[in-house]
Amino acid sequence: MRFRTADGGRIDRTRTLNFSFDGRALTGHPGDTLASALLANGIHLMGRSFKYHRPRGLLAAGIEEPNALVHVDRGGGRDAPNLRATQVELYEGLNATSQNRYPSLALDVGEAARLFSRFLPAGFYYKTFMWPASFWKRLYEPVIRAAAGLGRAPVLPDPDRYLHRYAHCEVLVIGAGAAGLAAARDAAVTGARVILCDEQNEMGGGLLSEPAATIDGQPAAAWVAAVLADLDSRANVTLLPRATAFGWYPDNMIGVAERVTDHLATPDARVPRERMWQIRAREVVIATGAHERPLVFPDNDRPGIMLAGAARLFLNRHGVRPGARAVIATACDSAYAAALDLHAAGVAIALIADLRANPVGPAIDAARAAGITVRTGTSITGSTGHLRVTGALIGTEWVACDCILMSGGWTPSLHMHAQSRGKLRFDAATANFLPVAMAGQRSTGACAGMFDLATILPGHAVSGIITPDGGHAGLVPGAKPKRAFVDFQNDVTAKDLLLATQEGFRSIEHVKRYTTTGMATDQGKTSNINALAIVAGELGNTIPEVGLTTYRPPYSPVTFGTIAGASRGALFDPERRAPMHDQAVALGARFEDVGPWKRAWYFPGPGEDLHAAVARECRAVRGSVGIFDASTLGKIEVVGADAAEFLNRLYTNAWTKLGVGRCRYGLMLSEAGFVMDDGVVGRIAEDRFHVTTTTGGAPRVLNHMEDYLQTEFPDLRVWLTSATEQWAVIAVQGPGARDLIAPFVEGIDLAPAAFPHMSVREGTICGVPTRLFRVSFTGELGFEINVPADFGPAVWEALMGTGVPTPYGTEAMHVLRAEKGYIIVGQETDGTVTPDDLGLSGMIAKSKKDFVGKRALRRPDLVVPNRKQLVGLLTEDPAVVLEEGAQIVADPAQPIPMRMIGHVTSSYASPTLGRSIAMALVEGGRGRMGKLLYVPMPGHTIAVRVVEPVFHDKAGARLDG
Amino acid sequence: MLIIPCPHCGPRPENEFRYSGEAHVVRPADPETLDDAALAELLYMRSNPKGRHAERWRHIHGCGWFFNCIRDTVTDRIERTYPAGTAP
Repeated sequence: MRFRTADGGRIDRTRTLNFSFDGRALTGHPGDTLASALLANGIHLMGRSFKYHRPRGLLAAGIEEPNALVHVDRGGGRDAPNLRATQVELYEGLNATSQNRYPSLALDVGEAARLFSRFLPAGFYYKTFMWPASFWKRLYEPVIRAAAGLGRAPVLPDPDRYLHRYAHCEVLVIGAGAAGLAAARDAAVTGARVILCDEQNEMGGGLLSEPAATIDGQPAAAWVAAVLADLDSRANVTLLPRATAFGWYPDNMIGVAERVTDHLATPDARVPRERMWQIRAREVVIATGAHERPLVFPDNDRPGIMLAGAARLFLNRHGVRPGARAVIATACDSAYAAALDLHAAGVAIALIADLRANPVGPAIDAARAAGITVRTGTSITGSTGHLRVTGALIGTEWVACDCILMSGGWTPSLHMHAQSRGKLRFDAATANFLPVAMAGQRSTGACAGMFDLATILPGHAVSGIITPDGGHAGLVPGAKPKRAFVDFQNDVTAKDLLLATQEGFRSIEHVKRYTTTGMATDQGKTSNINALAIVAGELGNTIPEVGLTTYRPPYSPVTFGTIAGASRGALFDPERRAPMHDQAVALGARFEDVGPWKRAWYFPGPGEDLHAAVARECRAVRGSVGIFDASTLGKIEVVGADAAEFLNRLYTNAWTKLGVGRCRYGLMLSEAGFVMDDGVVGRIAEDRFHVTTTTGGAPRVLNHMEDYLQTEFPDLRVWLTSATEQWAVIAVQGPGARDLIAPFVEGIDLAPAAFPHMSVREGTICGVPTRLFRVSFTGELGFEINVPADFGPAVWEALMGTGVPTPYGTEAMHVLRAEKGYIIVGQETDGTVTPDDLGLSGMIAKSKKDFVGKRALRRPDLVVPNRKQLVGLLTEDPAVVLEEGAQIVADPAQPIPMRMIGHVTSSYASPTLGRSIAMALVEGGRGRMGKLLYVPMPGHTIAVRVVEPVFHDKAGARLDG
Repeated sequence: MLIIPCPHCGPRPENEFRYSGEAHVVRPADPETLDDAALAELLYMRSNPKGRHAERWRHIHGCGWFFNCIRDTVTDRIERTYPAGTAP
C-alpha cells in the first residue's frame, strides 16, 4: 500500500484485510472501499469504457462514479455485476473483477473500437449500420452488443433473501451530511417520528472529509458523532445507513434500498441481503448534497484523472494519496482545499490551473502561501498517457504528472426533488438550478444551493472549511470537443453533442436520446449540466431556456432482488389449491394452472399417458360414475328481499318464478350485450340464491354485481357475499351417481320425481350439512355436493372409500362437456360473442323490460346475419384432431392472404364417439350446416363438415340416469 | 403510490383500491328508449380530459364501496372524493 498515508482518515490501520482484484492478491484496511484500497495499491485502471473500451480509472469517490464498475463474486450464485467500486466496502476475502474487457484490463482487444470511433458517432445505430437491413439482426447487432456493455448477468438463481418493509414517519430526512443531521435533530426534539437515511456506510457526509473543520469549537467529526449519538438514543428516531433513497412516488412515498450484508465477510444468514423500505412521510427533507462536475477537455478520461473532491475524500477519509505528482485544474475554490490537503500529505502539486481570470479569496491565498504555483485564466486542454495519465496540457505547456485533479464546480443533486415533481428555478449568480420547496417537502444544504457551512448550520460557530465558490459548465475555453468526455459512462463526448445540434436536434430531451448522454446507470449525475451547457451554447440559448431533462427513478441502480422482495418462487404468484388438492396429489393427479388455481388435470394410471387416462375417465363417467373436484367454481350468495329482482336485472333469464329448490342456468351479459359469464343458480329460499360463476370469473362477476347494486340499483335490498372458498364442491357424474351417494345422504329424497334435474336440496351427507345440487356438466345423471370446505376431504374420501367412483380431471371434464356442446365462457366466447351467436337466444327472457345488456343486443352490428355463430365441426378424417385457435376458410384454393371466416374454439378426441370433435365460431355458421369448410395448416389443409354443436345424446335422455 | 381518501374509511394507499372508469356516466332508467347513437355514446365514449377528471374508484380491499373522485390527470392530485350517487 505505497500510497497509504502514515496516519489520518477513518480506517483501521491495525487490521489488514486481504482481497483480490482480477485475481491479484491485495490488502487494505477496515474502512476502505474497494476503490480506496486499489488506489492505496497504486491501481487506477479499474474498467473499460462502454463504447470505445477506453481505459478508465476512478472519476469520483461515491455513488456518482461512472467508470469503476466491478463484478463482485461471493460464490454460490452470490455475484453482482456493475457495482461501483467506490461503494463496495472492503471485507476479508472480497473477490472483485473488472468488466467489459478481454482478455484483460491492460490488454483489451475491444480497445480497437477506438480506431473505428469515427464510425460510432452520436446516433450511430440509427445510421452507420443501417444497410443492408438484413445485416442488422445477423451481424451488426450481435457484434455491437458483444462489444458494448457493462457486466455479465449472473447465471445462477440468487440464493439471498430480500425483504420489504413499510414505515411511516412525520419527517424523513434523505442524506446525513451537515444539513441532514441538523434537520433530523431539529425534528427529533419535537418528538416526531423521524427516519434519517443515508447511502453511505458512515453518516456525516462531506464533514467526514474535512479534518480541519470545527463546529462550535470541536472537530466536525466529533460534532457528527455527538449528533448521531443523540439521535440514536431517541426512540422516535430510526437511523438507516447504507440506505439509498432511489425513488419518489406520489404523496410522499419514498423507496429506499438498504444494503444490509454486502459489507460483511460472513453475513448472518438470518438477515436479508437487502431491504426495500417504502416510507410514507408527512414531510420529506431532501439533504442529498451536490456532485462535483468534471472539466470537459480532450482526453479528460484517462486513469489518474479524477474529481478534486474525490481525491480529497480518498485522502481525508481513507488515508490514500491519488499519486505522487498532481496537476490541479479547476474553476472552483474547492479544488484549492484538495491541493492544500494533498500538499500537506506529501503529494507534489505541479500547479493549479484555474480557468477563472482573477479568482480571489482565502483558498487562493492559502495555496499561494503554501508555495503552490497558481496560474489563473488558464485552461487544461489535453492529457497524455494510456493506462495512466502522464501529463497535462496547460495552455501550450505539457506538465508531467501522474494524476490530474479537476473541478468544474458543484451541481446540486436535484434528483429526489425533481422526481417529486418539484419545480426548479435557475439561479443566475451560481449558474445552478435550485429546488423550489412545495407542500410536504423541502431541500436543505448543498442540494438547495447552500454551500456555506455557516448557512447550513445557523447558530453554530464554524471554521476551518473552504466554501466551494465558482464553477464552469461545458467545454473548457480553448479545448477541442473531440474525445472531450461529457458522459463518461455512456462514452458521450462534446463532439457528439455538437453533432446532434448540427443535425437539427433542438430539444434537450431529443439530444439526450440521440446521443444517450445522461442515460447511463449513473443517471447523468456528473454529466447533465455540462451537456446542457454545451447544447445551450451551440443553440445560442441560455441554460434555463434549454432546460433540464426529466429525472426519473431510480436515483441509483436497485437490484431486482430488492424490488422483488419475498415475491419469488412460490410467493411470486401464490397458487390457490382446491379443498381436495391433497387427495388429488395422493391419487397421482397431474395438475394444470387455471388462473391462480392448481386443478387436477388427469389421473394417470400405470403406463397411461394423458390421452389414455382421459379416455378411461370419460368412459367411466359415461358408463358408471366419476368424481370430480369442482370447488374452484365461483360461488356468490345473493340474499335479500329483492334478490330475485336483482338477478332479473343482472342475468338474461327471468328469476321471479323460479321455485325454491329449483336451479336455472344463468347467462350474464356486459352492458354492451356480450356474454360475460354463466353458471347455475339455485334458489335456496325466497330471498336467497346460490349463484355459481366460472372458475376464472368469480371476482369479476362479484365486482360487476356490486357495481350495479351500489350505483345503478341502490334501492334494491340485496346483499352479496363471496362463498367460493366456503364450499367444497364434489361433482358425482354418471349413471351410477345416485346409487353412489344414496347411502351417505340424509334428509333428502333422491328419487327422480322428488329431486329432478336442476334442483337443489339441503340435508346432510356423511353427517355434515350439504347443499346438494342435481346438475350436470357432462350430460349424465349428476350431483354437485356442496359441503363446508373443511369437510370436503372427508366426504371425498368416504365416497372414494366405496371403491366405486373414478376420479376425473379437468381434461375429461372438458371433453365430456364438449361432447354435449356445453360452452365454456372464455373458450367459446371472447368478449365479442352474443347469446344468439352461441345459439342461446332461448336464454333471453322476452318478458323482462330491462336487464344489463338488453338494449345493446339490438345494436346494428349485433344483429347482422353473418355474425360468427357457434357450430360443431367434424373432420372428414375422424382421426384428425383440429388445433384450437385454427382459422377456418370457405375456399382452400383462394390466394393468400385468405379470407378467414372463423376459428376453432374447442377440439378434442372424443372417447365416447371414437372420433374427433370440435366447436367453432363461423360466419353465418348456422346457415352452413352440412357444408364443407377448410382449416389450412402448415403444409396441408384439413376438410371439416359443419354440424350441430351437440355430438352426444342430443335428446338429453341420459340426464335422468 | 397515491393516498386516496375513501369517503367511508378515510385516507388509504392506492393499492387498496381499484379504478373503475369515468364517473357520472348515467345509465337511463329505461335503456330501451336510447337510439343507437346515444347507446354507443353511453357504452363507448368517455371524456378523457387533460386536467380535472371525475372518476370512479372502489375500495375493494377495504369497505368495498364504489365512490367518486375528482382527480387531476396531469398532476395526479386528488381534489376530493364523494359517495356514489351524489353530485360532484
